Amino acid sequence: MSKQSICAWQRLEPGAAIRDPGNAAALKTGDWRTLVPVLNEDECIKCTMCAVFCPEFCISEHEDGFFRPDLNYCKGCGICANECPKTAITMVMEEK
Amino acid sequence: MARRIGTEVSLAVADAVKMAAPDVISAYPITPQTHIVEELSEFVANGELDAEYIPVESEHSAMSAAVGAAAAGARVYTATSSQGLALMHEILFIASSMRLPMVMTVANRSLSGPISIWNDHSDIMAERDIGWVQLFVENGQEALEFTWAAFRIGEDKRVMLPVVVNMDGFIMSHMIEPITIPDQEVVDAFLKPYEPQIKLDTADPVTFGPVGVPEVYLEAKKQCEQALLDSKAVVSEVIDDLNHTFGRQYGLVETNGAEDAETVIVTMGSLGESVMTAVDRMNANGKAVRQARIRLWRPFPVEEFMDAVSGAKKLVVIDRAISPGSVNGPVAQELKSVFYGRLDAPEIVNVIAGIGGRDVPVDDFVQMVELAEKGELAETYTLWGLDSDA
Amino acid sequence: MLKDIDLSGVDKTKLKEIHKMESMVSSGHRACQGCGEVLAMGMVTRVAGPDTIVCNATGCMEIISSPYPQTAWKVPWIHVAFENAGAVASGVEAAIKALHRKGKVSSKPNILCFGGDGATADIGFGSLSGAMERGHNLLYVCLDNEAYMNTGIQRSSSTPYGASTTTSPCGTESIGQHTQKKNMPRIIAEHGVPYVATASPSHPTDLMDKVAKALAVDGPAYLHIYSPCPTGWGSKGEKSIEIAKLAVETNLFPLYEVVGGRFGFTKKIKKVKPIGDYLKLQRRFRHLTEKEIGFIQQTVEDNYEELERFCQATAKCEE
Repeated sequence: MSKQSICAWQRLEPGAAIRDPGNAAALKTGDWRTLVPVLNEDECIKCTMCAVFCPEFCISEHEDGFFRPDLNYCKGCGICANECPKTAITMVMEEK
Repeated sequence: MARRIGTEVSLAVADAVKMAAPDVISAYPITPQTHIVEELSEFVANGELDAEYIPVESEHSAMSAAVGAAAAGARVYTATSSQGLALMHEILFIASSMRLPMVMTVANRSLSGPISIWNDHSDIMAERDIGWVQLFVENGQEALEFTWAAFRIGEDKRVMLPVVVNMDGFIMSHMIEPITIPDQEVVDAFLKPYEPQIKLDTADPVTFGPVGVPEVYLEAKKQCEQALLDSKAVVSEVIDDLNHTFGRQYGLVETNGAEDAETVIVTMGSLGESVMTAVDRMNANGKAVRQARIRLWRPFPVEEFMDAVSGAKKLVVIDRAISPGSVNGPVAQELKSVFYGRLDAPEIVNVIAGIGGRDVPVDDFVQMVELAEKGELAETYTLWGLDSDA
Repeated sequence: MLKDIDLSGVDKTKLKEIHKMESMVSSGHRACQGCGEVLAMGMVTRVAGPDTIVCNATGCMEIISSPYPQTAWKVPWIHVAFENAGAVASGVEAAIKALHRKGKVSSKPNILCFGGDGATADIGFGSLSGAMERGHNLLYVCLDNEAYMNTGIQRSSSTPYGASTTTSPCGTESIGQHTQKKNMPRIIAEHGVPYVATASPSHPTDLMDKVAKALAVDGPAYLHIYSPCPTGWGSKGEKSIEIAKLAVETNLFPLYEVVGGRFGFTKKIKKVKPIGDYLKLQRRFRHLTEKEIGFIQQTVEDNYEELERFCQATAKCEE
């Protein structure tokens, strides 16, 4: 008998509720990506727009003040590059 | 002191709900349930009941709001009938699959079409598989007491499921009966405040109703089914306490009449009381007949039913709903499944009676038993009282 | 009935601060690349914060955020069905109100509701209308991507005139969708609720200020957010914000709010762009001829003029 299940039924929360808030973060959507954003730090004015418009909520400020995506999640949509007022971000084919 | 009063059963149910102190009531008017929720809204308006009353715009929303409120940790009540129950259909499954306790009274009424406001069990029989605990009551006193029992059963940690209390529309909902209303303290001792096991709480965020991927859907269904099966023991426990508290003799299946009778007439709901009179009359006339009344419909109490009819050679099963295209009415189908393959299985004959408010006088039940014993009823089912040219 | 509601004290979002505000939707959600809808939902929850309960209608956002055993939700969240988010949220709100009054819960969190345009304008229309009319203290957010995207791009009553979808395809006998988009914000405004607004993720501070106001008012609030869908619109993922901005800059999707029944623009476009600039970036409009584009242009102008008249008619009389 093939089971193909995640876990035994007795181990589910009532109603199969999920009690681990935000655990989708374990899903690394970065492997959906074909293009990767590359930041030209000479052009970047740290305006935050890339972080504001990122639909993956994965661009954050680093210690050096620059904003960079967490490539574990970046799907490579290119919104950050398109919205960057200084065109400091370019989308390039990623070598994997 | 307990009060014994003459009151409409719907109003007694509303009293029972008030004494159960629900936090949220969401309801939509539909005949013949409306008197219950009208009375409840009046209690809220008068400050006699501290609850939120949501006058929703449909039964679909009544059940949806009930699910939302139960998920937020409230004790929830609603009531409906017929088309209203049918409109709730989709959400009834979700309420049980989320393991959310709540109590709903269904004043049973036939389903359209043609439109009929009168009683039968078509509405609830279309909802057999919703995964709720389903109880039937036969009179006003039971309607009152089983409302408290329903809250206690559903809220039990071992159950955590919604519960429906079925009572026949008009025949019960609009009947004025003598009813004993106990003191609040007695109800409080019987029914403790609700303590939800899981709820929408910002201090402990939970995701309710996620996507049931194929790798979990089956297990999620099994969990709910097992809770429903396990609820039988809890229903028994609660009924024992009900009997103890109020001096009753309720059971999952109740019997009356001649104990050695080979013919047993099986009923569910208020017809049971007419049949009791018929059985008494037959027994007084020297004809041994017994009656079994099904109180718990889901989960079906298989062992208790078998015990109740042990020794019987013939069951005359009265159904109050048609199951179009099937070999029997719903109750007879169930009982045939119960007995299938057993050497001691009684013969099962099926009479579908009291459809769409059609009256079934006491004498008719005597006649049903006579015809059944002579083998003159149809092998599948008889539509009792049908006017036919054939 | 017009009411004076003072929202001047509500905190405004600073553009430079947005990235520090935490989205209650986590990374690792399964939305398509360049999804404008999940971005908008993130912006809404950045304002609402952790003291929030979310009720989600069936649809893209429900699917992409909750496939078992993972949830993208950091706040309590419930999904029941497609057409009942308004009713579910009504129940949650009523429960919290009762339990709070009885001392059984200590706080009264924000009650947020998310539904797509199908859940809002079509199948859940009655349930939403009921929730708004009854006065529950909740915010309903319509994430409008102008068709049933979750099931494969079928038309809804929110699909705009001329758009080709899988159930309103363009063809020799058809322009595609031949009806005009249902005007949900106006319909909800007619319920007399304290706060209604339109918003776009292309204008984040405008959007987020509106969320703050919607949560501040006592009673129901409705936010209609324009949510670009690269998959359904046949547009490039990186263009989602650009397209959303063009919808605003062409006056196709004006940013306005209705506070206590008074209509007012929150953004006026100084140099209005032609509608063709917006249409040409999307495959769903590719079949349109110049004549048809001209008709859409005229409709946009007429609708905008009508909205201006609403603003004038409901404005406060100056002394």
